[in-house]
Amino acid sequence: MPGKKQDLIDQNLQDLNNDGVDRRGFLKCMAWAGTGLVWTMSGGIPVSRAFAKDSKKDAGKGADFSFVQISDSHIGFNKPANPDVTATLQTAINKINGMSHTPDFIIHTGDLSQLSKPSEFDTLDQVLKGASAKQIYFVPGEHDMLSDNGEQYLQRYGKGTKGTGWSSFDHKGVHFVGLVNVANLKAGGMGSLGHEQLEWLEDDLKGRSASTPIVLYAHIPLWTIYPDWGWGTDDSEQALSYVKRFGSVTVLNGHIHQIMQKVEGKVSFHTAMSTAFPQPAPGTAPSAGPMKVPAEQLQQVLGITDVNYVVSGGSLAIVDSPLGASGSTGNGSGA
Amino acid sequence: MKRNNVWVASLIAPVMIAMLLLLAGSPSVRATDHSSAAVAAVKIDNFVFGPQTLTVPVGTTVTWTNSDDIPHTSVSTEGVFKSKVLDTDEKFSYTFTKAGTYPYYCAIHPKMTGTVVVQ
Repeated sequence: MPGKKQDLIDQNLQDLNNDGVDRRGFLKCMAWAGTGLVWTMSGGIPVSRAFAKDSKKDAGKGADFSFVQISDSHIGFNKPANPDVTATLQTAINKINGMSHTPDFIIHTGDLSQLSKPSEFDTLDQVLKGASAKQIYFVPGEHDMLSDNGEQYLQRYGKGTKGTGWSSFDHKGVHFVGLVNVANLKAGGMGSLGHEQLEWLEDDLKGRSASTPIVLYAHIPLWTIYPDWGWGTDDSEQALSYVKRFGSVTVLNGHIHQIMQKVEGKVSFHTAMSTAFPQPAPGTAPSAGPMKVPAEQLQQVLGITDVNYVVSGGSLAIVDSPLGASGSTGNGSGA
Repeated sequence: MKRNNVWVASLIAPVMIAMLLLLAGSPSVRATDHSSAAVAAVKIDNFVFGPQTLTVPVGTTVTWTNSDDIPHTSVSTEGVFKSKVLDTDEKFSYTFTKAGTYPYYCAIHPKMTGTVVVQ
């Protein structure tokens, strides 16, 4: 229902209107349009310009480096919402490979597989092998924890990680932290980071200069989007308190299979589309399950996220692009 | 003859009482979904356990069936039972031999909760 969806987008945009810059129009366009939108933060004030998908002049130009986030590939899923998730993942990889700049690495924010089956992980690996970026970082989704609390996942993707699969790394001056909020979930709760991981996080960030750009990535959103559907993390507030002092924090999540964004002070939150199937906007359907769209529209509601680090701004420009051509020219089709 | 009548009467009475007691105690008199076969069902669909609270007699075998297009599990919060991952159309059964209240949830989507009350 376009009306309800619009209300929700407007709600999320409320925070953004507080510092006198009208981003409403731009972000509205970004949520609806098939074209990507470059959203750059310069000294805390966002500046945006429309960016045609197939333009040679892209966000990568002038950027220090870029990486791509993909999410929720759900290899093994084969129901009507998308009978061939392997094919759409391949389309996503082709899209990455077709970009004019090669990303330094890829981050997969979880739900790699549908049922944590070895064959599913094998298929995923096969497809990812063909990506232009050879370095891929992962965090698990709840669907990757289904065999012995994520044993299969850890064996394959847990090298260098701690506990249930958390880790951090530095890349060209930016500090990346991969968090796991899909383990040991309690009845009636949402995502959960747990005591051990929170202690590790506090320690990991200690002593780092506040001017270090921070990127946190985890499967379930680290901000509360819709508790009824479990779209949030019970103990994320503590984690976010550890990054409060930093000048630029970007939080990248998946799980909800649609784009949602929020800016709170110096922290930008962003969720990615899935490469497998879309899910309904909060409260617009009886449950959060796979949402069927007409076959010709599927490629428009699946996508990848290209993130560009711009040195001068000291922050990250995030561009979401759908897998397929939309045919719309900027205002969006309001599907 | 009087003696015989009394003797017969004293036989029949306890038999009748016993039969009445048997009838009162039989599963078919209680309100369950099925007759005397002490089974009950929980249907999983749209991220919901239905019925969310299921009340059954001791000895009932409860079968969870996943009719959703997403996998789910049925896990007792007290560690009493734990299903494997149930994909669409897969089932899990557990027989409740002790009276009590058994809260459970889906370990994949923990907001999904349910209770089995065994009386």
